[in-house]
Amino acid sequence: MPAMHVVVCVKQIPDPAEPGKLEGDNTLDRSGKLILDESDSYGVEMALQLVDKAGGGEVTLVSMAPNSEMGGLRTALAMGAAKAILISDPALSGAGALDTAKVLAAAIKTAEPDLVLTATESSDGYTGTVPEQVAALLGLPSITFAKEVHIDGQTVNVQRQTEAGYDEVTCPMPAVVSVTAGVVEPRYPSFKGIMAAKSKPVDEKSVADLGLDAGQVGAAGAGQEIVAVEDAPAREAGEIIEDDGEAFGKIVSFLDGLKVI
Amino acid sequence: MALNRIWVYAEATDGKVTPLTLELLAKARTLGGTVEAVYAGADADAVAGALGAHGATTVHSTGDLDGSLPGVPVASAIAKAVADGSGPDLLMLGTTYDGRDIAARLSVAVDKPVITNNIDVELDGDAVVVTEPVFGGSKLVKTKFTAAGPHIALFRPKSFEASDAGGGAAAVASLEVTDAGSAKVTNSHVEEATGPKLDEANIVVSGGRGLGEASNYAMIETLAKLLKAAPGASRAIVDAGWVPYSYQVGQTGKVVKPTVYIAAGISGATQHLVGMKGSKNIIAINKDPEAPIFSVADLGIVGDVHKVLPKLIEALQAR
Repeated sequence: MPAMHVVVCVKQIPDPAEPGKLEGDNTLDRSGKLILDESDSYGVEMALQLVDKAGGGEVTLVSMAPNSEMGGLRTALAMGAAKAILISDPALSGAGALDTAKVLAAAIKTAEPDLVLTATESSDGYTGTVPEQVAALLGLPSITFAKEVHIDGQTVNVQRQTEAGYDEVTCPMPAVVSVTAGVVEPRYPSFKGIMAAKSKPVDEKSVADLGLDAGQVGAAGAGQEIVAVEDAPAREAGEIIEDDGEAFGKIVSFLDGLKVI
Repeated sequence: MALNRIWVYAEATDGKVTPLTLELLAKARTLGGTVEAVYAGADADAVAGALGAHGATTVHSTGDLDGSLPGVPVASAIAKAVADGSGPDLLMLGTTYDGRDIAARLSVAVDKPVITNNIDVELDGDAVVVTEPVFGGSKLVKTKFTAAGPHIALFRPKSFEASDAGGGAAAVASLEVTDAGSAKVTNSHVEEATGPKLDEANIVVSGGRGLGEASNYAMIETLAKLLKAAPGASRAIVDAGWVPYSYQVGQTGKVVKPTVYIAAGISGATQHLVGMKGSKNIIAINKDPEAPIFSVADLGIVGDVHKVLPKLIEALQAR
Protein backbone atom coordinates (compact mmCIF):
# COMPACT_ATOMS: atom_id res chain seq x y z
CA MET A 1 0.00 0.00 0.00
CA PRO A 2 1.39 3.45 -0.85
CA ALA A 3 2.13 6.00 1.85
CA MET A 4 -1.01 7.56 3.23
CA HIS A 5 -1.53 11.27 3.85
CA VAL A 6 -4.25 12.09 6.36
CA VAL A 7 -5.46 15.57 7.25
CA VAL A 8 -7.14 15.95 10.65
CA CYS A 9 -9.24 19.03 11.34
CA VAL A 10 -8.70 20.09 14.93
CA LYS A 11 -10.27 22.89 16.92
CA GLN A 12 -8.68 24.77 19.75
CA ILE A 13 -11.37 25.73 22.23
CA PRO A 14 -11.72 27.46 25.60
CA ASP A 15 -11.31 24.90 28.41
CA PRO A 16 -14.78 23.26 28.74
CA ALA A 17 -14.18 22.95 32.50
CA GLU A 18 -14.31 26.76 32.77
CA PRO A 19 -17.69 28.51 32.55
CA GLY A 20 -18.27 29.88 29.05
CA LYS A 21 -18.71 33.61 28.40
CA LEU A 22 -20.04 35.69 25.54
CA GLU A 23 -18.36 38.86 24.28
CA GLY A 24 -20.25 42.13 23.76
CA ASP A 25 -20.91 41.16 20.14
CA ASN A 26 -22.31 37.77 21.26
CA THR A 27 -19.37 35.75 19.97
CA LEU A 28 -17.84 33.19 22.34
CA ASP A 29 -15.07 34.62 24.50
CA ARG A 30 -11.92 32.90 23.22
CA SER A 31 -9.45 35.24 24.87
CA GLY A 32 -8.30 32.75 27.52
CA LYS A 33 -5.99 29.82 26.93
CA LEU A 34 -7.25 27.53 24.21
CA ILE A 35 -6.79 23.78 24.38
CA LEU A 36 -7.17 20.91 21.92
CA ASP A 37 -10.84 19.91 21.78
CA GLU A 38 -10.84 16.47 23.39
CA SER A 39 -13.19 15.15 20.72
CA ASP A 40 -10.50 15.92 18.11
CA SER A 41 -7.93 13.76 19.90
CA TYR A 42 -9.79 10.69 18.59
CA GLY A 43 -9.35 11.81 14.97
CA VAL A 44 -5.65 12.49 15.56
CA GLU A 45 -5.18 9.04 17.10
CA MET A 46 -7.15 7.33 14.33
CA ALA A 47 -5.07 9.13 11.68
CA LEU A 48 -1.81 8.09 13.32
CA GLN A 49 -2.98 4.46 13.47
CA LEU A 50 -4.10 4.46 9.82
CA VAL A 51 -0.75 5.86 8.69
CA ASP A 52 1.01 3.18 10.75
CA LYS A 53 -1.12 0.46 9.16
CA ALA A 54 -0.43 1.85 5.68
CA GLY A 55 3.26 1.44 6.44
CA GLY A 56 4.09 5.08 5.80
CA GLY A 57 2.80 8.59 5.25
CA GLU A 58 2.01 11.43 7.56
CA VAL A 59 -0.65 13.36 9.44
CA THR A 60 -1.24 17.06 8.80
CA LEU A 61 -3.38 19.14 11.14
CA VAL A 62 -5.63 21.91 9.87
CA SER A 63 -7.03 24.41 12.36
CA MET A 64 -8.67 27.81 12.42
CA ALA A 65 -8.14 29.96 15.51
CA PRO A 66 -7.91 33.61 16.53
CA ASN A 67 -4.66 35.27 17.64
CA SER A 68 -2.31 32.67 16.13
CA GLU A 69 -3.22 30.38 19.02
CA MET A 70 -1.36 27.07 18.75
CA GLY A 71 -1.38 25.51 22.22
CA GLY A 72 -3.87 22.85 21.14
CA LEU A 73 -2.00 22.22 17.90
CA ARG A 74 1.18 21.53 19.87
CA THR A 75 -0.71 18.86 21.85
CA ALA A 76 -1.72 17.10 18.62
CA LEU A 77 1.78 17.51 17.16
CA ALA A 78 3.16 15.97 20.36
CA MET A 79 0.88 12.97 19.79
CA GLY A 80 2.66 12.42 16.48
CA ALA A 81 1.21 14.63 13.73
CA ALA A 82 3.96 15.83 11.36
CA LYS A 83 2.91 19.41 10.70
CA ALA A 84 0.04 21.87 10.88
CA ILE A 85 -1.70 24.54 8.87
CA LEU A 86 -3.19 27.29 11.04
CA ILE A 87 -5.58 29.86 9.61
CA SER A 88 -5.66 32.87 11.89
CA ASP A 89 -7.29 36.08 10.74
CA PRO A 90 -9.26 38.81 12.56
CA ALA A 91 -11.68 38.73 9.59
CA LEU A 92 -12.88 35.33 10.82
CA SER A 93 -14.49 36.62 14.02
CA GLY A 94 -18.17 35.72 13.95
CA ALA A 95 -17.72 33.20 11.15
CA GLY A 96 -20.55 30.67 10.96
CA ALA A 97 -20.22 26.94 10.32
CA LEU A 98 -20.38 27.33 6.52
CA ASP A 99 -17.70 30.05 6.57
CA THR A 100 -15.51 27.89 8.78
CA ALA A 101 -15.95 25.01 6.35
CA LYS A 102 -14.96 27.25 3.41
CA VAL A 103 -11.75 28.24 5.18
CA LEU A 104 -10.89 24.68 6.25
CA ALA A 105 -11.68 23.30 2.79
CA ALA A 106 -9.40 25.84 1.11
CA ALA A 107 -6.55 24.90 3.47
CA ILE A 108 -7.15 21.15 3.11
CA LYS A 109 -7.04 21.49 -0.67
CA THR A 110 -3.45 22.75 -0.48
CA ALA A 111 -2.48 19.63 1.49
CA GLU A 112 -3.93 17.15 -1.07
CA PRO A 113 -4.74 14.37 1.44
CA ASP A 114 -5.97 10.81 0.80
CA LEU A 115 -8.32 11.08 3.75
CA VAL A 116 -9.71 13.86 5.95
CA LEU A 117 -10.71 13.03 9.51
CA THR A 118 -12.74 15.25 11.83
CA ALA A 119 -14.68 14.93 15.05
CA THR A 120 -18.47 14.72 14.69
CA GLU A 121 -18.81 18.15 16.31
CA SER A 122 -16.80 20.56 18.43
CA SER A 123 -17.30 20.74 22.18
CA ASP A 124 -17.93 24.51 22.16
CA GLY A 125 -20.07 25.30 19.10
CA TYR A 126 -21.35 21.75 18.43
CA THR A 127 -23.04 22.60 15.14
CA GLY A 128 -22.00 19.22 13.75
CA THR A 129 -22.28 20.36 10.14
CA VAL A 130 -18.69 21.36 9.31
CA PRO A 131 -17.36 17.89 8.27
CA GLU A 132 -20.11 17.38 5.69
CA GLN A 133 -19.82 20.99 4.50
CA VAL A 134 -16.06 20.58 4.03
CA ALA A 135 -16.70 17.42 2.00
CA ALA A 136 -19.30 19.18 -0.15
CA LEU A 137 -16.97 22.12 -0.80
CA LEU A 138 -14.15 19.76 -1.81
CA GLY A 139 -16.52 17.65 -3.92
CA LEU A 140 -15.63 14.57 -1.87
CA PRO A 141 -17.76 11.75 -0.50
CA SER A 142 -18.18 11.70 3.24
CA ILE A 143 -19.22 9.33 5.98
CA THR A 144 -20.21 10.88 9.30
CA PHE A 145 -20.42 9.32 12.79
CA ALA A 146 -17.82 6.62 12.21
CA LYS A 147 -17.19 4.29 15.10
CA GLU A 148 -14.74 2.11 13.14
CA VAL A 149 -12.63 3.03 10.12
CA HIS A 150 -10.74 0.60 7.85
CA ILE A 151 -8.82 1.35 4.67
CA ASP A 152 -8.84 -1.19 1.87
CA GLY A 153 -6.77 0.00 -1.09
CA GLN A 154 -8.51 3.13 -2.36
CA THR A 155 -11.70 2.47 -0.41
CA VAL A 156 -12.65 3.47 3.11
CA ASN A 157 -15.00 1.18 5.04
CA VAL A 158 -16.78 2.60 8.05
CA GLN A 159 -19.14 1.45 10.75
CA ARG A 160 -21.51 4.41 10.97
CA GLN A 161 -23.58 5.01 14.09
CA THR A 162 -27.36 4.89 13.52
CA GLU A 163 -30.39 5.31 15.77
CA ALA A 164 -30.83 1.53 15.94
CA GLY A 165 -27.22 0.32 15.85
CA TYR A 166 -24.77 0.83 13.03
CA ASP A 167 -24.48 0.63 9.24
CA GLU A 168 -21.52 -0.62 7.25
CA VAL A 169 -20.79 2.17 4.76
CA THR A 170 -18.17 2.28 2.05
CA CYS A 171 -16.88 5.03 -0.26
CA PRO A 172 -13.88 5.74 -2.50
CA MET A 173 -10.98 7.88 -1.30
CA PRO A 174 -10.17 10.69 -1.00
CA ALA A 175 -13.03 11.14 1.46
CA VAL A 176 -14.04 12.99 4.61
CA VAL A 177 -14.86 10.86 7.66
CA SER A 178 -16.09 12.19 11.01
CA VAL A 179 -15.31 9.96 13.96
CA THR A 180 -17.25 9.61 17.21
CA ALA A 181 -15.56 9.95 20.59
CA GLY A 182 -14.38 6.61 21.92
CA VAL A 183 -13.54 5.23 18.47
CA VAL A 184 -9.92 4.73 19.60
CA GLU A 185 -7.97 5.42 22.79
CA PRO A 186 -6.00 8.66 22.22
CA ARG A 187 -2.37 8.28 23.23
CA TYR A 188 -0.78 10.57 25.78
CA PRO A 189 2.04 12.62 24.27
CA SER A 190 5.42 11.29 25.43
CA PHE A 191 8.09 13.63 26.77
CA LYS A 192 10.01 13.03 23.56
CA GLY A 193 6.88 13.87 21.56
CA ILE A 194 6.32 17.09 23.48
CA MET A 195 9.91 18.19 22.86
CA ALA A 196 9.73 17.25 19.17
CA ALA A 197 6.44 19.14 18.74
CA LYS A 198 8.14 22.43 19.55
CA SER A 199 10.11 22.35 16.34
CA LYS A 200 7.46 20.86 14.04
CA PRO A 201 6.34 23.25 11.27
CA VAL A 202 3.12 25.26 11.72
CA ASP A 203 2.25 27.03 8.48
CA GLU A 204 0.27 30.15 9.37
CA LYS A 205 -2.07 31.50 6.74
CA SER A 206 -4.46 34.40 6.44
CA VAL A 207 -7.82 34.28 4.65
CA ALA A 208 -6.25 36.14 1.69
CA ASP A 209 -3.41 33.56 1.54
CA LEU A 210 -6.06 30.93 0.82
CA GLY A 211 -7.51 33.00 -2.01
CA LEU A 212 -10.74 33.70 -0.11
CA ASP A 213 -12.50 37.04 0.18
CA ALA A 214 -12.58 38.16 3.83
CA GLY A 215 -16.00 39.76 3.30
CA GLN A 216 -17.45 36.35 2.47
CA VAL A 217 -16.23 34.27 5.40
CA GLY A 218 -16.51 36.37 8.58
CA ALA A 219 -19.56 37.72 10.38
CA ALA A 220 -20.29 39.89 7.33
CA GLY A 221 -20.86 36.88 5.10
CA ALA A 222 -22.57 34.68 7.67
CA GLY A 223 -26.17 35.29 6.53
CA GLN A 224 -27.26 35.09 10.13
CA GLU A 225 -27.31 37.52 13.01
CA ILE A 226 -27.76 37.01 16.72
CA VAL A 227 -30.64 39.26 17.75
CA ALA A 228 -30.94 38.37 21.45
CA VAL A 229 -29.32 36.40 24.23
CA GLU A 230 -31.64 35.62 27.13
CA ASP A 231 -31.37 33.74 30.38
CA ALA A 232 -33.23 30.46 30.17
CA PRO A 233 -36.02 30.05 32.73
CA ALA A 234 -34.27 28.62 35.79
CA ARG A 235 -35.52 25.48 37.50
CA GLU A 236 -36.81 26.01 40.99
CA ALA A 237 -34.19 25.10 43.54
CA GLY A 238 -34.64 21.56 44.78
CA GLU A 239 -34.01 19.92 48.12
CA ILE A 240 -30.36 18.98 48.61
CA ILE A 241 -29.53 16.68 51.52
CA GLU A 242 -26.39 15.05 52.85
CA ASP A 243 -26.53 11.24 52.92
CA ASP A 244 -26.64 10.06 56.53
CA GLY A 245 -27.06 6.44 55.49
CA GLU A 246 -30.83 6.83 55.16
CA ALA A 247 -31.04 9.13 52.13
CA PHE A 248 -32.25 6.22 49.96
CA GLY A 249 -35.53 6.47 51.89
CA LYS A 250 -35.94 10.03 50.64
CA ILE A 251 -35.63 8.80 47.07
CA VAL A 252 -38.22 6.08 47.68
CA SER A 253 -40.73 8.54 49.12
CA PHE A 254 -40.02 11.03 46.32
CA LEU A 255 -40.82 8.31 43.75
CA ASP A 256 -43.85 7.29 45.80
CA GLY A 257 -45.10 10.86 45.74
CA LEU A 258 -44.91 10.84 41.94
CA LYS A 259 -46.83 7.53 41.86
CA VAL A 260 -44.22 5.93 39.60
CA ILE A 261 -43.54 2.95 41.89
CA MET B 1 -39.07 37.15 1.84
CA ALA B 2 -42.30 35.90 3.16
CA LEU B 3 -42.52 32.39 4.43
CA ASN B 4 -44.74 30.79 1.79
CA ARG B 5 -43.49 27.25 1.73
CA ILE B 6 -42.08 25.23 4.62
CA TRP B 7 -40.57 21.81 4.05
CA VAL B 8 -40.02 19.33 6.85
CA TYR B 9 -37.53 16.52 6.31
CA ALA B 10 -39.49 13.41 7.29
CA GLU B 11 -37.85 10.30 8.67
CA ALA B 12 -39.41 6.92 9.37
CA THR B 13 -38.34 3.70 11.07
CA ASP B 14 -39.86 0.47 9.73
CA GLY B 15 -42.56 2.43 7.90
CA LYS B 16 -43.49 4.47 10.96
CA VAL B 17 -42.91 8.25 10.89
CA THR B 18 -40.61 9.28 13.76
CA PRO B 19 -41.98 11.35 16.67
CA LEU B 20 -39.42 14.08 15.87
CA THR B 21 -40.85 14.47 12.34
CA LEU B 22 -44.37 14.87 13.75
CA GLU B 23 -43.10 17.44 16.27
CA LEU B 24 -41.58 19.51 13.45
CA LEU B 25 -44.78 19.30 11.40
CA ALA B 26 -46.81 20.55 14.37
CA LYS B 27 -44.55 23.58 14.74
CA ALA B 28 -44.41 24.21 10.99
CA ARG B 29 -48.23 24.48 10.92
CA THR B 30 -48.11 27.46 13.29
CA LEU B 31 -45.86 29.51 11.01
CA GLY B 32 -48.48 30.36 8.43
CA GLY B 33 -47.06 28.95 5.20
CA THR B 34 -47.89 25.82 3.24
CA VAL B 35 -46.40 22.80 5.02
CA GLU B 36 -44.90 20.03 2.91
CA ALA B 37 -42.64 17.08 3.65
CA VAL B 38 -39.53 15.67 1.98
CA TYR B 39 -39.03 11.94 2.23
CA ALA B 40 -36.30 9.60 1.07
CA GLY B 41 -37.46 6.00 0.84
CA ALA B 42 -39.38 3.53 -1.27
CA ASP B 43 -42.49 3.72 0.91
CA ALA B 44 -43.65 7.34 0.53
CA ASP B 45 -47.23 6.14 -0.04
CA ALA B 46 -47.18 4.33 3.29
CA VAL B 47 -46.04 7.39 5.28
CA ALA B 48 -48.21 9.91 3.37
CA GLY B 49 -51.17 9.15 5.68
CA ALA B 50 -49.38 10.05 8.90
CA LEU B 51 -47.61 13.03 7.33
CA GLY B 52 -50.93 14.33 5.96
CA ALA B 53 -52.70 13.84 9.28
CA HIS B 54 -50.02 15.99 10.89
CA GLY B 55 -50.36 18.80 8.42
CA ALA B 56 -48.25 18.09 5.32
CA THR B 57 -50.21 18.70 2.11
CA THR B 58 -47.59 17.10 -0.13
CA VAL B 59 -44.76 14.61 0.31
CA HIS B 60 -41.87 15.27 -2.04
CA SER B 61 -40.36 11.82 -2.40
CA THR B 62 -36.95 10.97 -3.80
CA GLY B 63 -37.95 7.30 -3.91
CA ASP B 64 -35.58 4.55 -2.86
CA LEU B 65 -32.00 5.79 -2.49
CA ASP B 66 -30.68 2.35 -3.39
CA GLY B 67 -28.23 2.17 -0.50
CA SER B 68 -26.80 5.68 -0.82
CA LEU B 69 -26.21 7.64 2.38
CA PRO B 70 -28.98 10.28 2.24
CA GLY B 71 -26.77 13.40 2.62
CA VAL B 72 -25.70 13.86 -0.99
CA PRO B 73 -28.79 12.64 -2.90
CA VAL B 74 -31.44 14.32 -0.74
CA ALA B 75 -29.53 17.62 -0.71
CA SER B 76 -29.10 17.43 -4.49
CA ALA B 77 -32.84 16.92 -4.92
CA ILE B 78 -33.80 19.83 -2.65
CA ALA B 79 -31.17 22.06 -4.29
CA LYS B 80 -32.66 21.30 -7.71
CA ALA B 81 -36.13 22.25 -6.46
CA VAL B 82 -34.67 25.50 -5.11
CA ALA B 83 -33.02 26.23 -8.44
CA ASP B 84 -36.30 25.51 -10.26
CA GLY B 85 -38.17 27.91 -7.97
CA SER B 86 -40.31 25.17 -6.41
CA GLY B 87 -38.17 24.70 -3.27
CA PRO B 88 -38.88 25.75 0.31
CA ASP B 89 -38.41 29.13 1.95
CA LEU B 90 -37.64 27.28 5.18
CA LEU B 91 -36.39 23.71 5.54
CA MET B 92 -36.82 22.20 9.01
CA LEU B 93 -34.89 19.06 9.89
CA GLY B 94 -34.42 17.09 13.09
CA THR B 95 -31.00 16.87 14.70
CA THR B 96 -30.44 13.30 13.52
CA TYR B 97 -27.52 11.58 11.79
CA ASP B 98 -29.05 11.99 8.34
CA GLY B 99 -30.68 15.37 9.09
CA ARG B 100 -27.33 16.96 9.83
CA ASP B 101 -25.71 15.48 6.71
CA ILE B 102 -28.51 16.72 4.45
CA ALA B 103 -28.61 20.21 5.99
CA ALA B 104 -24.83 20.56 5.67
CA ARG B 105 -24.67 19.35 2.06
CA LEU B 106 -27.60 21.57 1.09
CA SER B 107 -26.08 24.63 2.75
CA VAL B 108 -23.07 24.33 0.46
CA ALA B 109 -25.20 23.64 -2.62
CA VAL B 110 -27.31 26.77 -2.11
CA ASP B 111 -24.58 28.75 -0.27
CA LYS B 112 -26.80 29.55 2.72
CA PRO B 113 -26.11 29.12 6.42
CA VAL B 114 -27.58 26.30 8.45
CA ILE B 115 -28.45 26.99 12.07
CA THR B 116 -28.31 23.95 14.32
CA ASN B 117 -29.48 22.74 17.73
CA ASN B 118 -32.61 24.88 17.78
CA ILE B 119 -35.49 24.43 20.20
CA ASP B 120 -37.80 27.06 18.76
CA VAL B 121 -38.61 29.09 15.64
CA GLU B 122 -40.72 32.20 15.28
CA LEU B 123 -41.46 34.95 12.80
CA ASP B 124 -40.38 38.53 13.39
CA GLY B 125 -42.32 40.27 10.64
CA ASP B 126 -41.12 38.40 7.59
CA ALA B 127 -37.86 37.33 9.20
CA VAL B 128 -37.31 33.84 10.59
CA VAL B 129 -35.76 33.74 14.06
CA VAL B 130 -34.58 30.50 15.68
CA THR B 131 -33.65 29.83 19.31
CA GLU B 132 -30.70 27.73 20.42
CA PRO B 133 -29.71 26.93 24.01
CA VAL B 134 -26.04 27.42 24.89
CA PHE B 135 -23.90 26.88 28.00
CA GLY B 136 -25.83 23.84 29.11
CA GLY B 137 -29.13 25.51 28.41
CA SER B 138 -28.57 28.39 30.84
CA LYS B 139 -28.73 30.93 28.00
CA LEU B 140 -30.96 31.10 24.95
CA VAL B 141 -29.53 32.60 21.77
CA LYS B 142 -31.98 33.93 19.19
CA THR B 143 -30.59 34.11 15.67
CA LYS B 144 -32.18 35.73 12.64
CA PHE B 145 -31.64 34.56 9.07
CA THR B 146 -30.51 37.71 7.27
CA ALA B 147 -29.92 36.38 3.76
CA ALA B 148 -32.69 35.38 1.35
CA GLY B 149 -34.04 31.82 1.72
CA PRO B 150 -34.00 28.93 1.71
CA HIS B 151 -33.37 29.04 5.44
CA ILE B 152 -32.05 25.76 6.80
CA ALA B 153 -32.61 24.95 10.46
CA LEU B 154 -32.02 21.84 12.55
CA PHE B 155 -34.13 21.23 15.65
CA ARG B 156 -33.52 19.16 18.74
CA PRO B 157 -35.93 16.34 19.58
CA LYS B 158 -38.84 17.11 21.93
CA SER B 159 -38.75 20.84 21.24
CA PHE B 160 -42.41 20.82 20.20
CA GLU B 161 -45.56 18.80 20.95
CA ALA B 162 -46.71 16.62 18.09
CA SER B 163 -50.42 16.95 17.30
CA ASP B 164 -52.72 15.35 14.79
CA ALA B 165 -54.34 18.02 12.59
CA GLY B 166 -56.89 15.57 11.23
CA GLY B 167 -55.97 16.06 7.59
CA GLY B 168 -56.18 13.45 4.86
CA ALA B 169 -53.18 11.72 3.32
CA ALA B 170 -50.59 13.98 1.74
CA ALA B 171 -50.24 13.94 -2.04
CA VAL B 172 -47.07 12.20 -3.17
CA ALA B 173 -44.90 14.12 -5.64
CA SER B 174 -41.58 12.99 -6.96
CA LEU B 175 -38.39 14.89 -6.31
CA GLU B 176 -35.51 14.34 -8.71
CA VAL B 177 -32.14 13.26 -7.31
CA THR B 178 -29.36 14.71 -9.45
CA ASP B 179 -26.39 13.21 -7.57
CA ALA B 180 -26.61 9.81 -5.88
CA GLY B 181 -23.26 10.25 -4.13
CA SER B 182 -20.64 7.55 -3.80
CA ALA B 183 -21.06 6.59 -0.13
CA LYS B 184 -23.05 3.35 0.00
CA VAL B 185 -24.57 1.42 2.88
CA THR B 186 -23.69 -2.25 2.42
CA ASN B 187 -25.17 -3.67 5.61
CA SER B 188 -27.25 -2.56 8.61
CA HIS B 189 -26.92 -3.87 12.15
CA VAL B 190 -29.51 -3.47 14.88
CA GLU B 191 -28.19 -3.52 18.41
CA GLU B 192 -30.97 -5.12 20.42
CA ALA B 193 -31.86 -3.11 23.48
CA THR B 194 -34.03 -4.52 26.25
CA GLY B 195 -36.61 -2.53 28.18
CA PRO B 196 -38.08 0.84 27.24
CA LYS B 197 -36.32 3.10 24.73
CA LEU B 198 -34.14 5.80 26.24
CA ASP B 199 -35.93 8.71 24.58
CA GLU B 200 -39.41 7.31 25.24
CA ALA B 201 -39.09 5.92 28.78
CA ASN B 202 -41.10 7.35 31.66
CA ILE B 203 -38.11 6.94 33.97
CA VAL B 204 -34.43 7.11 33.03
CA VAL B 205 -31.60 6.00 35.33
CA SER B 206 -28.17 7.20 34.20
CA GLY B 207 -24.71 6.50 35.53
CA GLY B 208 -21.47 8.42 35.21
CA ARG B 209 -17.81 8.37 36.10
CA GLY B 210 -18.67 8.46 39.82
CA LEU B 211 -19.55 4.76 39.55
CA GLY B 212 -15.80 4.19 39.65
CA GLU B 213 -15.54 1.24 37.30
CA ALA B 214 -17.40 -0.42 34.45
CA SER B 215 -18.67 -3.37 36.50
CA ASN B 216 -20.55 -1.00 38.79
CA TYR B 217 -22.82 -0.03 35.91
CA ALA B 218 -24.70 -3.23 36.80
CA MET B 219 -26.25 -1.25 39.69
CA ILE B 220 -27.75 1.17 37.16
CA GLU B 221 -29.16 -1.71 35.12
CA THR B 222 -30.64 -3.37 38.21
CA LEU B 223 -32.22 -0.14 39.37
CA ALA B 224 -33.55 0.56 35.86
CA LYS B 225 -35.14 -2.89 35.71
CA LEU B 226 -36.83 -2.40 39.10
CA LEU B 227 -38.26 0.96 38.00
CA LYS B 228 -39.15 -0.23 34.45
CA ALA B 229 -36.78 2.52 33.41
CA ALA B 230 -34.30 2.91 30.56
CA PRO B 231 -30.62 2.87 31.55
CA GLY B 232 -28.57 5.84 30.33
CA ALA B 233 -25.06 7.17 30.64
CA SER B 234 -22.89 10.26 30.60
CA ARG B 235 -20.47 10.82 27.75
CA ALA B 236 -17.54 10.15 30.09
CA ILE B 237 -18.37 6.48 30.57
CA VAL B 238 -19.41 6.01 26.95
CA ASP B 239 -16.03 7.37 25.87
CA ALA B 240 -14.40 5.07 28.41
CA GLY B 241 -16.13 2.14 26.71
CA TRP B 242 -18.24 1.03 29.70
CA VAL B 243 -21.50 1.13 27.74
CA PRO B 244 -22.40 1.59 24.05
CA TYR B 245 -22.90 5.00 22.47
CA SER B 246 -26.63 4.34 22.20
CA TYR B 247 -26.85 4.77 26.02
CA GLN B 248 -25.51 8.33 25.92
CA VAL B 249 -27.70 11.15 27.21
CA GLY B 250 -26.57 14.64 26.26
CA GLN B 251 -25.65 17.03 23.53
CA THR B 252 -24.12 14.30 21.38
CA GLY B 253 -26.44 11.56 22.59
CA LYS B 254 -30.15 11.32 23.23
CA VAL B 255 -32.33 14.13 24.52
CA VAL B 256 -34.64 12.78 27.21
CA LYS B 257 -37.60 14.35 28.99
CA PRO B 258 -38.91 11.60 31.25
CA THR B 259 -41.16 12.02 34.28
CA VAL B 260 -38.20 11.06 36.48
CA TYR B 261 -34.50 11.27 35.68
CA ILE B 262 -32.06 9.74 38.15
CA ALA B 263 -28.42 10.79 37.72
CA ALA B 264 -26.01 8.65 39.71
CA GLY B 265 -22.37 9.64 39.89
CA ILE B 266 -22.81 12.25 37.16
CA SER B 267 -21.30 15.67 37.81
CA GLY B 268 -23.47 17.42 35.23
CA ALA B 269 -21.18 18.77 32.52
CA THR B 270 -22.85 21.09 30.01
CA GLN B 271 -22.72 18.23 27.52
CA HIS B 272 -24.96 16.15 29.81
CA LEU B 273 -27.30 18.85 31.15
CA VAL B 274 -28.42 19.82 27.65
CA GLY B 275 -29.76 16.31 27.15
CA MET B 276 -31.74 15.89 30.37
CA LYS B 277 -32.63 19.18 32.02
CA GLY B 278 -36.08 19.11 30.44
CA SER B 279 -36.97 16.12 32.63
CA LYS B 280 -39.99 16.76 34.85
CA ASN B 281 -38.31 15.54 38.03
CA ILE B 282 -34.59 15.13 38.55
CA ILE B 283 -32.93 13.12 41.32
CA ALA B 284 -29.15 13.44 41.59
CA ILE B 285 -26.71 11.44 43.69
CA ASN B 286 -23.14 12.74 43.78
CA LYS B 287 -20.27 12.94 46.25
CA ASP B 288 -19.34 16.51 45.35
CA PRO B 289 -21.75 19.08 46.84
CA GLU B 290 -20.51 21.59 44.23
CA ALA B 291 -21.41 19.35 41.26
CA PRO B 292 -23.43 21.29 38.64
CA ILE B 293 -26.00 18.47 38.48
CA PHE B 294 -27.40 19.73 41.82
CA SER B 295 -28.36 23.03 40.19
CA VAL B 296 -31.08 21.22 38.23
CA ALA B 297 -31.99 18.57 40.82
CA ASP B 298 -35.38 18.50 42.54
CA LEU B 299 -33.94 16.03 45.02
CA GLY B 300 -30.17 16.03 45.48
CA ILE B 301 -28.34 13.49 47.61
CA VAL B 302 -24.79 14.48 48.51
CA GLY B 303 -23.37 11.03 49.05
CA ASP B 304 -21.52 8.04 47.71
CA VAL B 305 -23.37 6.16 44.94
CA HIS B 306 -21.72 2.94 46.14
CA LYS B 307 -23.59 3.30 49.43
CA VAL B 308 -26.85 4.91 48.30
CA LEU B 309 -27.63 2.73 45.26
CA PRO B 310 -27.39 -0.70 46.95
CA LYS B 311 -29.73 0.46 49.74
CA LEU B 312 -32.14 1.98 47.24
CA ILE B 313 -32.15 -1.24 45.20
CA GLU B 314 -32.74 -3.29 48.34
CA ALA B 315 -35.61 -1.04 49.43
CA LEU B 316 -37.29 -1.28 46.02
CA GLN B 317 -36.84 -5.06 45.87
CA ALA B 318 -38.54 -5.33 49.26
CA ARG B 319 -41.69 -3.64 48.01
